[in-house]
Amino acid sequence: MTLQYFLIQVFNGLVNGAFYALLSLGLAVIFGMLRIVNFAHGALYMLGAFTAFALGQLFGLGFWPSLIIAPLLVGLIGMIIERGLLSRLYGLEPSYNLLLTFGLTLLTQDLVKQVMLSRFAVSSAPYTPPAELSGVVNLGFTMFPKYRLFVIVLALLVCLITWFVIEKTRVGAIIRASTENPTVTRAFGIDVSKWVTGVFAVGVGLAGLAGVLAAPIYSVEPYMGAELIITTFAVVVIGGMGSILGSVVTGFAVGVLAAIGSALYPPIANTLVFILMAVVLLIRPSGLFGLPEGAR
Amino acid sequence: MTVLPRTAARTDRERTTRAAWLIGLGILLLVLPKLIYPVLALDILAWGLFAVAFDLLFGFSGLLSFGHAAFWGSSAYATAYLLSNGQSVPVAMLGGTLVALTLALPVAYLSVRSAGIYFSMITLAFAQMLSFLALQWTDVTGGENGLQGFARPSFLGLDFSNSTTRYYFCLAVFAVGFYIAYRTVRSPFGQAQQAVRDNEQRAQSIGYNPVRFKFTAFLISATLAGLAGSMYSFGHGVVSLEVVNWRTSGEVVMMTLLGGTTTLFGPVIGAGLVLLLRDVLTTANLPVGIVTGLVFVLVVLFFRRGVVGTVQHWLRKK
Repeated sequence: MTLQYFLIQVFNGLVNGAFYALLSLGLAVIFGMLRIVNFAHGALYMLGAFTAFALGQLFGLGFWPSLIIAPLLVGLIGMIIERGLLSRLYGLEPSYNLLLTFGLTLLTQDLVKQVMLSRFAVSSAPYTPPAELSGVVNLGFTMFPKYRLFVIVLALLVCLITWFVIEKTRVGAIIRASTENPTVTRAFGIDVSKWVTGVFAVGVGLAGLAGVLAAPIYSVEPYMGAELIITTFAVVVIGGMGSILGSVVTGFAVGVLAAIGSALYPPIANTLVFILMAVVLLIRPSGLFGLPEGAR
Repeated sequence: MTVLPRTAARTDRERTTRAAWLIGLGILLLVLPKLIYPVLALDILAWGLFAVAFDLLFGFSGLLSFGHAAFWGSSAYATAYLLSNGQSVPVAMLGGTLVALTLALPVAYLSVRSAGIYFSMITLAFAQMLSFLALQWTDVTGGENGLQGFARPSFLGLDFSNSTTRYYFCLAVFAVGFYIAYRTVRSPFGQAQQAVRDNEQRAQSIGYNPVRFKFTAFLISATLAGLAGSMYSFGHGVVSLEVVNWRTSGEVVMMTLLGGTTTLFGPVIGAGLVLLLRDVLTTANLPVGIVTGLVFVLVVLFFRRGVVGTVQHWLRKK
């Protein structure tokens, strides 16, 4: 493998890694704060892509407005899911949250499939990047698609902002307090359930954002989140569930490792992440960045 | 689960109820191929045993495996592979079950040390590994095409090209599997298993090793899931990638919940209801995913006891 070829693989891996990072970041925010394992995260990612596609078809909206509007809409759907459904399961075993969101996944995927077939007469649709982002950039060692570079940069930026808000600001402090000790936080006059809904909406909105970003690369189809979410779960386990930093670092790292691995030995591409997970579990059962289960 | 006072009257009534369920289910399964077409009836048996196996782990150990398709699927593939290589039906089914058990050893070892949602994630990831293997190992699994058209040689004069004969042969296998599950739950092991589930610290302080109990429960569950998978493959005559898909892992959870966890009879009834519903939807050309997804959500929200659980609860209150 020449250095040039190696660097190309690294950049391709960073693109996939950007999606892993954005999705596992959303999962980490939701799990870390709410102890909910959101199986529907993949379906909501797909919904982000589908919304961008539908906004374009119905109202002629381009990529840029969709990049703002679609995550907001997905976040709103998240709010409805949390208030209407998930909040009824608080206090029960966390497994029930997983099961409920699994049911929602089946429902959403097939609903979108029906809508795409009946309203738009397609089962999958290509989505073109905006004109400003088409074409290639000269990175010195290769010509790299401009849009893919944009995805890497934007994902990094969003991850950084989310980390900063949660770890360094007053808003983050309130969120952490609400989840660690709701009773005391409530005594300070803070409406905990509103914050919980907000956090869920933001986490889900991140999935929606990832979906819009993915639409020009992977094209829009009802099951685009199905395999991706499973890989993301493995990323989350490797990074340590609920760890913000862990999810971002592991997300990008897994993307790069898988790209390099598949360049060396193609059949391993999709399995590498699960092998990695098994190894990490043997050495550190709580994940690379996670605290041991008892310490939480 | 609440611990009932062990009065003589209560035990007697429990025993009667249990016998009634057992006889009822037995009669239902005996006449089933007369009521619906035999291949669907056979699917109900296979999925029913699969759900019972899953419940042994979920209901009785409190471990939500989200990767049980790995054991069901690996056995289904192994059974089909052995049949297409000229093995007899019992050898193929036993071979499939053994493959599931062998696969379960490392998975159980790595997963039972984790609890709750971690356990679910890890089992899911292992099942996913297997699913990629099934896609790639085309020599054995047929890849995207799956395995079909494999032989099902006659055994002891039983002609397995007849689907009704296949059904009654599988009913006997099912009975053996169900009996093993039943004995496991009623045995001292099963009681200890539930003690570990209800209060791990307490169980540990009276001398039980929780990890060892979970490990054994996992192996029994995976082996029975394997037996069910071999039955499915033999009965159906086709094995595709669907058997190792994560949807399959979710589907067995749904069947168990709908029928009622920790009831043993429940998962079988749940399997029957889900398969009948799916059959009706497909025949009527309705969107299967939307309806099953909706049923799933409603069961988790409002009907967590399941069919059998609700009836039992109602009988107990009376």
